[in-house]
Amino acid sequence: MSNLTVNAVKEEVRAWLQENWDAGLSLVEWRNKLADSGWGVPDWPGQWYGRDLPVAMLPEIEEEFAEVNAVGVARSGIRMLAAATILEHGNDLHKKEFLRRILTGEDTWCQLFSEPGSGSDLAGATTRADFDGENWIVNGQKLWTTSAHHADYGLLLARTDWDVPKHQGLTYFILDMTQPGVDVHQVKQMNGHASFNQVFITDATVAPQYRVDEEGAGWRVAMTTLAHERRNADGMNRLNRDSGLPGAIYEEERKEVATVMEPYKWYPQRAGRVDLVMQRAKQTGRIENASVRQEIAKLLIMSKSAEWTARRARAAQELGMPQGPEGSLGKLAASNVAKQASGVHTLISGADALLTGSDGAMDGLIAEVLVSVPAVSIAGGTDEIQRNIIAERVLGMEKEPRFDSGPFKDVPRNVV
Amino acid sequence: MQFAFTEEQHQFKDVVKRFLREKSPTTEVRRLMETDDGFDPVVWKQLSDELALPSLIVPENYGGAGFGFVELSIVMEEMGHSLLCAPYFSSVVLAANAILNVGTEKQKLDLLPQIASGSIRATLAVTESSGRWNAAAVELVAETDGDEFTLQGEKCFVVDGHTAGKIVVVARLEGSEGDDGISFFVVDGDAPGLTKSLLKTVDPTRKLARLEFNSVQAEPLGEPGAGMGALTKTLDQAAIALSNEMIGGAQYLMDSTVEYSKVRMQFGRVIGSFQAIKHRCADMLLLLELAKSAAYRAAAALDEGDESVPVLANMAKSAASDAYIQIAADSIQIHGGIGFTWDQDTHLWFKRAKSSEVFLGDPAYHRELMMQRWGEGI
Repeated sequence: MSNLTVNAVKEEVRAWLQENWDAGLSLVEWRNKLADSGWGVPDWPGQWYGRDLPVAMLPEIEEEFAEVNAVGVARSGIRMLAAATILEHGNDLHKKEFLRRILTGEDTWCQLFSEPGSGSDLAGATTRADFDGENWIVNGQKLWTTSAHHADYGLLLARTDWDVPKHQGLTYFILDMTQPGVDVHQVKQMNGHASFNQVFITDATVAPQYRVDEEGAGWRVAMTTLAHERRNADGMNRLNRDSGLPGAIYEEERKEVATVMEPYKWYPQRAGRVDLVMQRAKQTGRIENASVRQEIAKLLIMSKSAEWTARRARAAQELGMPQGPEGSLGKLAASNVAKQASGVHTLISGADALLTGSDGAMDGLIAEVLVSVPAVSIAGGTDEIQRNIIAERVLGMEKEPRFDSGPFKDVPRNVV
Repeated sequence: MQFAFTEEQHQFKDVVKRFLREKSPTTEVRRLMETDDGFDPVVWKQLSDELALPSLIVPENYGGAGFGFVELSIVMEEMGHSLLCAPYFSSVVLAANAILNVGTEKQKLDLLPQIASGSIRATLAVTESSGRWNAAAVELVAETDGDEFTLQGEKCFVVDGHTAGKIVVVARLEGSEGDDGISFFVVDGDAPGLTKSLLKTVDPTRKLARLEFNSVQAEPLGEPGAGMGALTKTLDQAAIALSNEMIGGAQYLMDSTVEYSKVRMQFGRVIGSFQAIKHRCADMLLLLELAKSAAYRAAAALDEGDESVPVLANMAKSAASDAYIQIAADSIQIHGGIGFTWDQDTHLWFKRAKSSEVFLGDPAYHRELMMQRWGEGI
């Protein structure tokens, strides 16, 4: 990407914004213009609301948007995972019907993968889709579904063939969440929040044209969705920043982001809030205690080393060196850091660790750390699964013998 | 901030690695650890003449190669990996740095070229029988009579103290206490009044000596009484270098243990296919890589003149000590009964892990010091 090209693109988008950006438009009106021009998602194909530009160009273009405080397309939540999956595996009908309304923010999406009976073993899904000659009829339960209670569509992984090994019998569908057979219940967590839902699906229908990719290709398609999930996490942090600007279009955007981000508001606490440790230790005077100091030091060493390990992985990547083991360790490291941080916060708080809400330390924030950290070693791949991945892919150790490689109908599974 | 080795540093690492794998197989380690001197003069000469390793961090105007701590750490990592038995840590890491930190220009011009060429082997004597690594614990007294200084007292845990040709001694001026009066001196290894005795060490690959100073005439290194800053700096540098040596040893254990788990059969399958073993190995790798990051970060910070060096030194030493001994214990565990035998090599690294954990202060000591130095963070 030469400087010449970068400058030309920057000039082009600047001119377009000058011509078109209007804070007086409604959010949907404006985003339709973005979709038509291709400036909302410039890295997407020209045929589908993009401009075929390299991803590396995006920050340059975002800079121009920021310059005039122009709002971007809807990006928060599961919708971008849906878009990426449809772009890669969907047909033209899917692209035509869904992509624009994803970008405008008119539709909200959710991901129907995990189930009560299959957590770590995602491919063991037992929600079934049977073709009745006209439609796919879906029955089963999904769990940990963020935003399902206000989603218009769901990315559904369902079993369509029980006679083949488990990964081969899954098919990927787009499910209309607003139909009668879809029943959404919020799941209250041990920390009092209800960020996820359980979705009961009873004789819900999916028309044949809303199958994504081939029958039996569901696992491969789901891998695309999951691959984008991690990448999306970084982007979400960026989106969290509030423009703070007055005006109707900004209000609309703020409301949209707030709704999508609501389930994630305790996430900093589940990571352990290492940033609060020294401040709390000084305020409470516990910094004077030698054994507390030892535990704080262990935490700071672990947390900083994890940060430097991520920096090493990035530096090697930027130099085009082969990825070393340091790139695969982040999740497990973060889990260890969170657990140590929870212990340190308890040590620092003493008896105050007994109290929560307005009676608790920092208005209940510390209590929220203590009861949220257990999630960090489970969500997004348990510590045990992470250790398996590290041992098998980084250290090249053998897999455990499997008991689920035959036809799925014969595989022992949970009785729901 | 440097977070990746350069191409040149990778090449340098390869050269050092090849040399050490050839010169320091475990058969040699086992031979040398049974000797009193604890090193092979032929290999020492080769690593001095062919690779010029003792000259590495000595500036060019003192006859050195003028490289930095990142390069020194690369050498230390490889030496730790191969468990090299040689007076490199004592002569280069401890003595040369101390002289660089405290010596006068004339002393540097006199002493450093000899250390850089490998023709003399020096060491640094700080700790005494109290086993404490801070200035306040120094009791050995430098008595003065005009311009002449004589040392009175004893030093303990002196690396290669029984074989070094020059000994840099940390002493205190008469009547001083705490951080005051800290002074550096140089004495010859065969100075009259100096009695050297080899200690029986848990780790036979790193030799330690007790030195008794009975009115030993000594030349002040730098200005007597003004050595506190240099002592702190030298110990921080040494902790960082030792941390890098430790992660090299831990890497060896990690690799050899994973390899063993892939061939050892029990219950009809390789033990490395059991999650109980795999998860232990994954945890070992995490410990190792985090400690490596801290050790690398600290070494780079030294070269970058980062003001956080003291804190980073404590973090690196604590992380490397904990990681190395845990990985060593896990390695023995995964090897099972054979890992507890003398003929299997794991115990050689386990013992180095144990000696490194304690040398220059144990992890708890470094964590406490780190907290005292933390300030507004790093």
